[in-house]
Amino acid sequence: MLMDTIAAISGVNPRKCMRCGKCSGSCPAYDEMEYHPHQFVSMVESGRIEELMASKGIYTCLSCFACIERCPRSVEPARLIEAVRLAVIRQQGKNHLTPEQIPQLLDEDLPQQAITSAFRKYKR
Amino acid sequence: MQVNKEWTPTIVAFCCNWCSYAGADLSGTNRLQYPANVKIIRIPCSCRLNPMFILRAFQRGADGVILCGCHPGDCHYTTGNYYARRRMTLLFSMLEYLGIERERTRVEWVSAAEGAKFAATMNDFVKTVTALGENKRLEDLRCKE
Amino acid sequence: MQKIGVFVCWCGSNIAATVDVEAVSQALAQEPGVVFSTNYQYMCSQTGQDLIRDKIKEYGLTGVVVCSCSPRMHENTFRKTCEKAGLNPYMVEIANIREQCSWIHKDKAEATEKAIILGRAAIAKVQLNAPLQAGTSPVKKRALVIGGGIAGIQTALDIADAGFQVDIVEKKPTIGGKMTQIDKTFPTLDCAACILTPKMVDCAQNENIHIYAYSEVEAVKGFVGNFKVTIRKKARFVDTTKCTGCGLCTEKCPQKKVPNEFNLGLDNRRAIYIPFAQAVPKVATIDPDYCNMLKNGKCGVCAKVCGANAIDYKQQDELIEEEYGAIVAATGFNPIDLSKFNEFGYSQSPDVVSSLEFERLMNAAGPTGGTLLRPSDGKHPHTIVFVQCVGSRCDGGEKGKPYCSKICCMYTAKHAMLCREKYPDTDVYVFYIDVRTPGKNFDEFYRRAVEEYGVHYIKGMVGKVVPENGKLKVQASDLLDNRQLHIDADMVVLAAAIEPDKSARPLATMLTASMDTNDFFTEAHPKLRPVESPTAGIFLSGACQGPKDIPETVAQAGAAASKVIGLLSKDHLLCNPCTAQPDEMMCNGCSSCEKVCPYGAITYIDKEFRGPNRTTLLRRVAQVNPAVCQGCGACTVACMSGAMDLKGFSNRQIMAEVDAICK
Repeated sequence: MLMDTIAAISGVNPRKCMRCGKCSGSCPAYDEMEYHPHQFVSMVESGRIEELMASKGIYTCLSCFACIERCPRSVEPARLIEAVRLAVIRQQGKNHLTPEQIPQLLDEDLPQQAITSAFRKYKR
Repeated sequence: MQVNKEWTPTIVAFCCNWCSYAGADLSGTNRLQYPANVKIIRIPCSCRLNPMFILRAFQRGADGVILCGCHPGDCHYTTGNYYARRRMTLLFSMLEYLGIERERTRVEWVSAAEGAKFAATMNDFVKTVTALGENKRLEDLRCKE
Repeated sequence: MQKIGVFVCWCGSNIAATVDVEAVSQALAQEPGVVFSTNYQYMCSQTGQDLIRDKIKEYGLTGVVVCSCSPRMHENTFRKTCEKAGLNPYMVEIANIREQCSWIHKDKAEATEKAIILGRAAIAKVQLNAPLQAGTSPVKKRALVIGGGIAGIQTALDIADAGFQVDIVEKKPTIGGKMTQIDKTFPTLDCAACILTPKMVDCAQNENIHIYAYSEVEAVKGFVGNFKVTIRKKARFVDTTKCTGCGLCTEKCPQKKVPNEFNLGLDNRRAIYIPFAQAVPKVATIDPDYCNMLKNGKCGVCAKVCGANAIDYKQQDELIEEEYGAIVAATGFNPIDLSKFNEFGYSQSPDVVSSLEFERLMNAAGPTGGTLLRPSDGKHPHTIVFVQCVGSRCDGGEKGKPYCSKICCMYTAKHAMLCREKYPDTDVYVFYIDVRTPGKNFDEFYRRAVEEYGVHYIKGMVGKVVPENGKLKVQASDLLDNRQLHIDADMVVLAAAIEPDKSARPLATMLTASMDTNDFFTEAHPKLRPVESPTAGIFLSGACQGPKDIPETVAQAGAAASKVIGLLSKDHLLCNPCTAQPDEMMCNGCSSCEKVCPYGAITYIDKEFRGPNRTTLLRRVAQVNPAVCQGCGACTVACMSGAMDLKGFSNRQIMAEVDAICK
């Protein structure tokens, strides 16, 4: 079950979300995204994970963790997004990104900061 | 009526009337499940718990005994739980000396508002005691025929 | 041998659905001493009680076991039933097979087995029960109200109205509380001061009410009907009997740089001050942290200008001991500290204010004289953003409070409306998660803000506020429109969560009243006894029990008062008969029990006993005063010779329960 995989990877319970939208209010990459952070949470909760996995929007998340920091309910949308990305990779039979792949996956306009923070999240 | 199933521990829970017994009631009101092995005895305050009662329970085949009282500082009788805490510390080290595992006895502070904590504590305690298996029975020399 | 009757209650389907009540009553009928056992749909109903009464008479029962809900629920009901049938009420034991059995188990066989064991334990205990007689203790006909906000004021007025003496203890220099700082009240928009100050004056003039302002409760001893309370009257350095409240000293004091807490630090006051014009009592107070005379002995201006000669730099704190029959906690609330909410820039910009600060900025008696001006540059704000639920409805812990603060939706609607009414050229945005307006005329009020006053309500939370070039850049999401908003605001108002006053926790410890994890006082029953604490004689009024608006607070204050009046109108209270009792033959007079007794109920007497060969022995033995003993049982365990026992919870009774459970 995809939903269980996402829950296991992220450790996030999307049911805790109270739909306040503070994540989307905090998000610096909001306008670049196909789905916004609060939509992420509700889509995972309602099981629309394939749609998310198919969306390019999951790679526009900068992993700045503003949403994690500010979420009043400790839902942590960025972790969900990261879990969906991982689910995509696992579906391809891999469990990690190879350095060669990174540039292809990335948007041209994506700032360097995103790469740095992508590394940062493995530290947490 | 006897229910046929594998061994389950017998657990006696002493609850003070003001906090923990009310907390146990609250976990019932909220329908929070915990195993049926736990049987609660109501005492006015945790300081009413005479160490004798615990010894008696172990003589009669209890596998675990837990004492629940008000949080330190919140005792209905001001200081009762402090006495209980000191007495139990002494008793538990004696029980350990007698060969009863430390995990079979426990003191937990549960307030009247902590129904969830009560259920969680009981679930955890039953799990711990179940893992330890059947308790050895203390001998009651007075009862020897 | 007792003749015991067992009555198993179905509680409709609450018990009967998970416990086989018929099997329980049959199994318990086999227990030694049981002469009658039955089950019935609702034991607590009139018919159920009649059944118990009839069977007591029919079988000559000497003990009754009711297997039903928690004894905290219906023990008294069944005791009274038995008393009516001529049985001593303390011959009843309850086996709790609802809260502690049927409601927590799903497996019927398991639950039935447990119910039988619980029933057996109760039967084993009843076997050893003895009839008890409750003594009486007198009631001191005076009430103490702790906290002088609208809750305390209303409670005191209502108690005084019934003819009883009431004392109000207020830690601030004046009574009135938070309501004095509020400008207008929702949903009628009448002026808070206009409806509060007459009540404050009533308090001061009522001969049944005594106000201890600038005082705190230091210690509480005793029990219901007989509390002994120590009140610390803090030194004001002003003789309250002489001070006329003319205010000359507060104008002449050279120390002008003291943050004015009444205006939440938005302006300054002097070191000698009267909090506001309608203060009760209207007397000056010297702030010892700032007064030069008190700090280094150099000044004395206030003493020179005071015509009444009221200044007394040598005044000391005064301790007052008073006796009360009942105590009402009305300690109220405070908005939470917003400094940890960095994303809203509360600490970075003075133009980000809390709602209570905004209230002062709108108030005619406030620092700006009622004109809405930005604290930073004193200009009129043209775009104002209100953020709701700041620190409310959080995950708990570090993030904020887990509960809804209840009042914010309404006061924010009020603020938004007042802004638009006074300054139609302002744009007002309210960012909400949910608008919660369940109250009389409340939703209509909120709709008026939207429809008539054109306040922009936007579903979504503000993500961040950044001060930049004199503006506040607000970034937020509009969830319904699915877009991110960027607003250049002049002012941001944060609807801060409310929390119980910090003094409530130590007070609860003194009163031995219980609190929940948020430091709100818990009520004796969440639905049926909402204004009483579980501790007898302690009552709750206002926001110290949970977030409340003014009408609710006043309603609860009146309810608490009526409970106090009910208590004080009794001359005597029945004592708890489950008290400690020493066996004089076994007591060796060691004083162990006396040392652990929290009530001082144990004394020692020298008593003559008959010795061998017609001699008499004089021995020191313990004596328990049953009117003072509260029955905690600490002494029973401390007693080394096993002489002390507790009536109703005797060693033998509890051991019998242990035996029954472990069988």
